[in-house]
Amino acid sequence: MDAVHLKRQLITFTEQLFREGFLDEQFNQLQQLQDENNPNFVVEVVSLFFQDTERLLDELSKALDQANLDFKKVDGHVHQLKGSSSSIGAQRVQRTCIIFRNYCNEKNVQACLKCLQVVKHEFALLKSKMETLFNLEQQILAAGGPPSI
Amino acid sequence: MMVSEMEKDPIEDIEAEILPSMWPEDIDPGKQFNIDKPGVDQDMLEEVTIMEEPTILDFKWLTELTDFTDKGSAQLAHLVKHWEYKQANVVRLLKEELDNLNRQRHEAELKELRILEEHRFEEERFCGDTKRQIPVLEDIYDSWKEAPRRKKYVIVENKKVEINAEYDTLMYWKQRAMNLEKLLEASVHREHILMEKLQESITNLEGQSSPVEELIQILKRADNFLHFILQNAPIVIGHQDKELRYRFIYNNFPTLQEEDIIGKTDVEIFTGSGVKENQEFKREVLEKGKPAKREVTFETDLFGSKTFLIYVEPVFNKAGETIGINYVGMEVTDQVKKREKMLKLREEIAVQKAKERELNKTIHITEETMRAKQILATMSHEIRSPLSGVVSVAEILSTTKLDREQRQLLEVMLSSGDLVLQLINDILDLSKVESGAMKLEATKFRPREVVKHVLQTAAASLKKILTLEGHVSDDVPIEVIGDVLRIRQILTNLISNAIKFTHNGKIGIKLFVIPKPSIASRGGNHLKSNTDQSTVMDNAALKEEKTIPRCHSNITQDLDHMESTQAPETTVWIRCDVYDTGIGIPENAIPTLFKKYMQVGADHARKYGGTGLGLAICKQLVELMGGHLTVSSKEQVGSTFTFVLPCSISPVCDNSDDPDDIPNIPEDDVTAGFFQFQPLALSSVFFPIEPIQERKLLSNKLNGFKDDSYMLFPASPSVKIRETSSPEDACSVIVDAIESNSEPKCSLGQSLHSDDDDAVVHKGIAETQPSNGNSEGALQVNARLANEETPTERQMPGKNKSSKKQSPRILLVEDNKINVMVTQSMMKQLGHKMDVVNNGVEAVHAVQHCDYDLILMDVCMPIMDGLQATRLIRLFEETGNWGAAMEAGVEEPFTSGSSVNEDTSSGSRKRVPIVAMTANALSESADECFANGMDSFVSKPVTFQKLKQCLEQYLW
Repeated sequence: MDAVHLKRQLITFTEQLFREGFLDEQFNQLQQLQDENNPNFVVEVVSLFFQDTERLLDELSKALDQANLDFKKVDGHVHQLKGSSSSIGAQRVQRTCIIFRNYCNEKNVQACLKCLQVVKHEFALLKSKMETLFNLEQQILAAGGPPSI
Repeated sequence: MMVSEMEKDPIEDIEAEILPSMWPEDIDPGKQFNIDKPGVDQDMLEEVTIMEEPTILDFKWLTELTDFTDKGSAQLAHLVKHWEYKQANVVRLLKEELDNLNRQRHEAELKELRILEEHRFEEERFCGDTKRQIPVLEDIYDSWKEAPRRKKYVIVENKKVEINAEYDTLMYWKQRAMNLEKLLEASVHREHILMEKLQESITNLEGQSSPVEELIQILKRADNFLHFILQNAPIVIGHQDKELRYRFIYNNFPTLQEEDIIGKTDVEIFTGSGVKENQEFKREVLEKGKPAKREVTFETDLFGSKTFLIYVEPVFNKAGETIGINYVGMEVTDQVKKREKMLKLREEIAVQKAKERELNKTIHITEETMRAKQILATMSHEIRSPLSGVVSVAEILSTTKLDREQRQLLEVMLSSGDLVLQLINDILDLSKVESGAMKLEATKFRPREVVKHVLQTAAASLKKILTLEGHVSDDVPIEVIGDVLRIRQILTNLISNAIKFTHNGKIGIKLFVIPKPSIASRGGNHLKSNTDQSTVMDNAALKEEKTIPRCHSNITQDLDHMESTQAPETTVWIRCDVYDTGIGIPENAIPTLFKKYMQVGADHARKYGGTGLGLAICKQLVELMGGHLTVSSKEQVGSTFTFVLPCSISPVCDNSDDPDDIPNIPEDDVTAGFFQFQPLALSSVFFPIEPIQERKLLSNKLNGFKDDSYMLFPASPSVKIRETSSPEDACSVIVDAIESNSEPKCSLGQSLHSDDDDAVVHKGIAETQPSNGNSEGALQVNARLANEETPTERQMPGKNKSSKKQSPRILLVEDNKINVMVTQSMMKQLGHKMDVVNNGVEAVHAVQHCDYDLILMDVCMPIMDGLQATRLIRLFEETGNWGAAMEAGVEEPFTSGSSVNEDTSSGSRKRVPIVAMTANALSESADECFANGMDSFVSKPVTFQKLKQCLEQYLW
């Protein structure tokens, strides 16, 4: 596929991500931070986000599995996740985190467990979408197109 | 025992046939008083013992009654009729019997006659026609035989005499005569038997009971039945005459003898409540002549507390006049009790239900209100961020070159913006207090310092010629424990209020200790438990006690430790008066003064502006801390707002314990009891200050007090006493002050020009008046020159420009890696480098080792949050030492190198701008950020725009 076609595909895909609420304005901020000095900034940050989130989700699963549920701890993790997701513009994950924290404050175990599932699901979705996005960018680069969007 | 066995069959038969009942018919026979026929159930009553005592009867009266009342005579008449009927029956029976006997006798006579005739015929035959028969007689005889007979006592045999001898022989006649003789003999015998029977019958009749006896029996039976039935019934039956004297009473549980009752009235017999009512009721029935029922509760010595259901009916004589009453009373005490219990229960249930409904409604309303407040708070927060942007930009704009009209417009814009911001801050504060989200913190603080700072700050932005003064009485402890931020907020609020409504004269704060007020008992229990340092009231108390250990466990533990080694802590009640000589408050406005959105009048609101929330917040805060806020005022004379607060006394001032702890705070500053800040209009011209500031002052002098530095002078007593209100006076004061001040300062080798930091000056003063122990040490501040700590600082973004020559040093305090990466990268693009630390403790460490030009501080962090870190940094800047930080658990900075800030000789620092980075609305509100000493905030996620704006504001 030629670079122009791929580029169009990328734009459409990105637009879709925005429209479906996976990403928000903050992601644009991220993209603005990417320049010649930092050509892979977005990927780096998002990868870090993936790593961090996977760790956090792991911690959350453990924490929520405890008999003596430490809601403070859970809340701390969710707070972290909320902060980082809002920083990269992962809107849907962030919003789920907000709801999650509310249930955390209410000490509603069932709702928290449900929220964890939703966050995991949202995160998995986002991850696959972002991977697709990055793949497209790689393909554009490989096809000789300009870097970034 | 009476059982009527003597009654014989014949009578019984008759009864069965003729009498429908034994009771007189006028009492509706068959329904009220049916008695079984005796004999059928004779055994029943035989086995029952009936006590006859319960009935007490006045027999004479009974006769009279039966004689003179309709009922009585009717009953008697019926009994007579009944007896007559029975008598007639018996007569009929006897007649029948007699007839029978007569008939038999007649038969016998006929027979005899026939025998005689036969005999004669035989004689005639003997004479001539011997074979002649008499068929007529035989027929008659036959007809007799067929006649109906009721009783067949006698069987007459109709045999022919048989003679075996030959007719007309001697033998024949002889035999015949003998036979006839025998027949006659039999006949005579029969007649004799019949006669006997008749005699027996007659005797029988005579043995039959007399009617009176019979009636007695019947009545006795009825009486026995009545007794039997009423035996255990809690019933009293009685008859009383016209004067309500008892003539008859039946009471199964008699407590009184006959002579005690008969002939007496209720009132004469009993005493106690209910007796009179009973009597009155009976009298009423007697008078009205109509039966009635009523429940009467008796409370008598005789039978205690009992409730009777009483039925009373009048008794009439034949003339229709009432001659007495019958009454039936049934004891229904238990039923009444039960009924009342049920009634009570039902009532209670109804009340409960109503309460529940009410509660549900309240809960619903509360929920709604809470939700509304939450929305309001959230919205306020959301509005505040962009609004502060607008205001900030407008402020920046105001520093650019503008023409007069533009400037005026801008000023309107700024003041409106400020007002809206203030309003929103107030709303957030209120909603926090009301929702219980307001957390109070317990920290050690010095009341004198607080008073001084509040006055300083107020003086800095003062646009009127007013004297601000503060009196702190000697008995106020040097250090107490409380929520200093909130106390400062209250004071600031009250002072700014006072300034607003005072046009000339003075405004002041008076602080002194009072004995525990009576309301203290309300909050007393909180105060006792000072181990967790909370002095809170109301609902927040529990929350508070939970949150404090969490957020400030370090402090708490430290203080706990301290307390455990020292004398137990006590609570002092500190009263604070904030007085002014302003316009005062009309009496009718005082009740609504502390209500939300209330101002004295619409005129005031227009003239003075404001949100009308300030006092409401003050009141709520004071009450939250366990105190109370009141006001007294006189129009055109002034107002005094007074609040009383419980504060726990901090253990002995740290100075004595640990001399290194606060080495830079002069003794005098600690104990100073009087501060005065006087208006010094236009005097700044005379100030020997740095050229750059002088220029600024000159440029600003027309509109004000916007400068950001101030001078502090040790006032000579003469100066202090002078109440200067005119610019001229003020000038002279200043000159005096400078003259008196300059020398010691120089002698200490400290240059005024080395830094514009007030703390330097503080120190100078302190050392000129070394620990004189006189609490009257006074400080005087040039009110025209703003303190560096004032909010106006923000309005002067250009202030630091001169001092920042090389690239600024920025510290990012943030625990989230991603956020760090993004922020760092943004900062890089904006051309700045940045140090990064991950929590409050690290931030404090970083500040200990390096001077930063800007700190970006995340609010919510593990180990130590941004608010606490900011407070510690600010405390360091004010005091020049890290004592508080160490108390909070930050280890001592390693003092080996001169890089540690504490070691610098200046002793106090300049104020580094700290910008909070907040994530959500309520828990880490911008308001809280300001209260903790932050200068501004950016909401997360951080964007280029926000970052740039922030940098522009604080770095250039």
